[in-house]
Amino acid sequence: MSMTNRTMMTYAGLALFGIFGPILFPQYTLTIAYLWMMVLMASTWDTLGGQMGYNSLGNITFFGVGMYVSAIVQISFFYEGGVGEYTSAMGSIKPEFTAAEYFWGLGLGILAAGIVGLLLSLVFSSFMFGLRGPYFAIGSLGLAIAVAEITITINYVGGASGISMPLFPGDIEFRSTFFYMLCFAFTIVSHFLLRWLYSTQFGLAANAIRDDEDKAEAMGIPTLAYKRIGWAIPAFFMGCIGAVAGNMAGFIDKEVAYPIPTFGIFMVAMALLGGKGTLWGPVLGAIIFHVVKEATWTYLLNLQWVALGLILIVNIVYFQQGIMGWLQTKYPELFGIVVDTSNIADGDEKEAAR
Amino acid sequence: MWDNLQLLFVWAPIINVQVILDGIFVGAVFALSAYGLALVWGVMNIKNLAQGDFVIMGGYLAFALHQMHVPLVLILLIVMPLMFIFGWIIYVVMIRRIIDQDMFVSLLATFGLSLLLQQVINLIFGPEVQTIDMEMPVYDAFDNMVTVPSSKIVTLVLAGVIAVAVVLFMKRSRAGQAIRATAQDPRAARVLGIDIDRVYAFTFAFNAALCGAAGVLVSIIWVIQPFYGITYSVRSFAIVTAAGLGNLPAVIGAGFGIGLFEKYTGAILGTAYEVAAPVCILLLVLIYRQIQMRRNRQVVR
Repeated sequence: MSMTNRTMMTYAGLALFGIFGPILFPQYTLTIAYLWMMVLMASTWDTLGGQMGYNSLGNITFFGVGMYVSAIVQISFFYEGGVGEYTSAMGSIKPEFTAAEYFWGLGLGILAAGIVGLLLSLVFSSFMFGLRGPYFAIGSLGLAIAVAEITITINYVGGASGISMPLFPGDIEFRSTFFYMLCFAFTIVSHFLLRWLYSTQFGLAANAIRDDEDKAEAMGIPTLAYKRIGWAIPAFFMGCIGAVAGNMAGFIDKEVAYPIPTFGIFMVAMALLGGKGTLWGPVLGAIIFHVVKEATWTYLLNLQWVALGLILIVNIVYFQQGIMGWLQTKYPELFGIVVDTSNIADGDEKEAAR
Repeated sequence: MWDNLQLLFVWAPIINVQVILDGIFVGAVFALSAYGLALVWGVMNIKNLAQGDFVIMGGYLAFALHQMHVPLVLILLIVMPLMFIFGWIIYVVMIRRIIDQDMFVSLLATFGLSLLLQQVINLIFGPEVQTIDMEMPVYDAFDNMVTVPSSKIVTLVLAGVIAVAVVLFMKRSRAGQAIRATAQDPRAARVLGIDIDRVYAFTFAFNAALCGAAGVLVSIIWVIQPFYGITYSVRSFAIVTAAGLGNLPAVIGAGFGIGLFEKYTGAILGTAYEVAAPVCILLLVLIYRQIQMRRNRQVVR
């Protein structure tokens, strides 16, 4: 895992922003937390969607399931009445958790959410990976809708009226800082895991599957196993971040847990905007998307969703290769794709001069 | 659930008639929009996720016209050309650019279109649930156990008329022949002097008009709401994946099948499951197709 100077600089810049951003602008702490969350979503979507070519529209399922699982764990571990009693009271029961109880519950909840997400992805893998191309996309979208619709018919988890999450033991500033740190930490972990993963045989196999699955299989690559891993990793992280997001929101129902038209599509759009199939593309796309969204949101009033649809269309129809893809064709030397040997030695100086 | 089963099959089996009739009424509407999808999918390989939003858009156009006291048949005759023009514009602006691209691109781009349409409709008409009340008599049968509003019969007849017209059009007219030729082999069609671009534009616009007609019928027998579109899209996809492309009788059959399945699910498990039913059918169809293909060591693509 060798890093060039430029990558080191980028990491340093992002780390500085991640640490000092919320200290300098405390009112934007949660906004930046959502930024990291979106970076995580787009990056993990890219594992299956970009690197492996299986365009999933259903990764949001794990997000919602993780949210509900963590809610069940957090409530059932430290509230004697059980989840059923808690949800049937429609939020009128407000159990007083001590700080230790709350944080234990949260930790276990996040872990359980990740694991359940992972297991669920393995279940889905068993019947989804015979589908290719658009069928996989439609099928995964169908999965997301089906899981969302079935969740709201289960009264145990509050049905259509939702669950309110346990209260955070601490003041509001500590709360936002705490959840900010969780989001930041998960994003860092996922990023470096994916970075390492793409540098291993997994990355090569994933790209082989994307380019031509039949040939990859003929070459003896166990494609199904790789595809399972390629969905299990996003599912684990989506479950974890779903648990965090549920606690951040404080109240979960179908709209919060399964935001199919918003986050479910945003993550794809962000990965495409940045350039899918690259490590940095989804990160860049998520940052740009989030900044543009937050900057314009307040001025557009009712038109923000219309603008969003337009952005999606323009992005996909007119600007498909994404920013990283465009940069790659425009400035191939930036990515080490240098053909002329005389340029290799002083490539970096030329960059600096540019 | 057990109670509902007993009610349906032991105590009052006559309710089955009601459920079946409702299933047929909605199935006819699904079949229309699904046929449009099958046409666009088969001819130009575009998977239109905005299909349901075209339906809802047609419904709202009909709703607006009804508020101006335009009679039903005239509404249909106004909405279909309007949607046709709209479809043509969408083709020129968007679809033409993604037609040669990766198939996922068409899915995502039309999903963006779907978001856009939902929101524009929401801005214009508001998020309330709307319906057109035709003020037509309601017939009862079997001691008031079964109610059949005559508006539903009218829509069924209209759907039938449209379907027959579409079949005749595709079989007999020059434009229909050109569409079928393009679906079979675009290159050969181009060599023989068919303007492929115009055929594509016409097909997409024709699909929009069919969806618009379905929307008019939906707004009469059911309710419309800006965000209901996605369920119609999912139903259309379920029907088309089950029936295959370019197989009109199968599409109509699958449309009725989904309508019946949905209504029976609603009657047995409760209406909360009615939305989940078509999605589950879609998944089941996809799984079944996979099992079928796996026998020949193939995949669904």
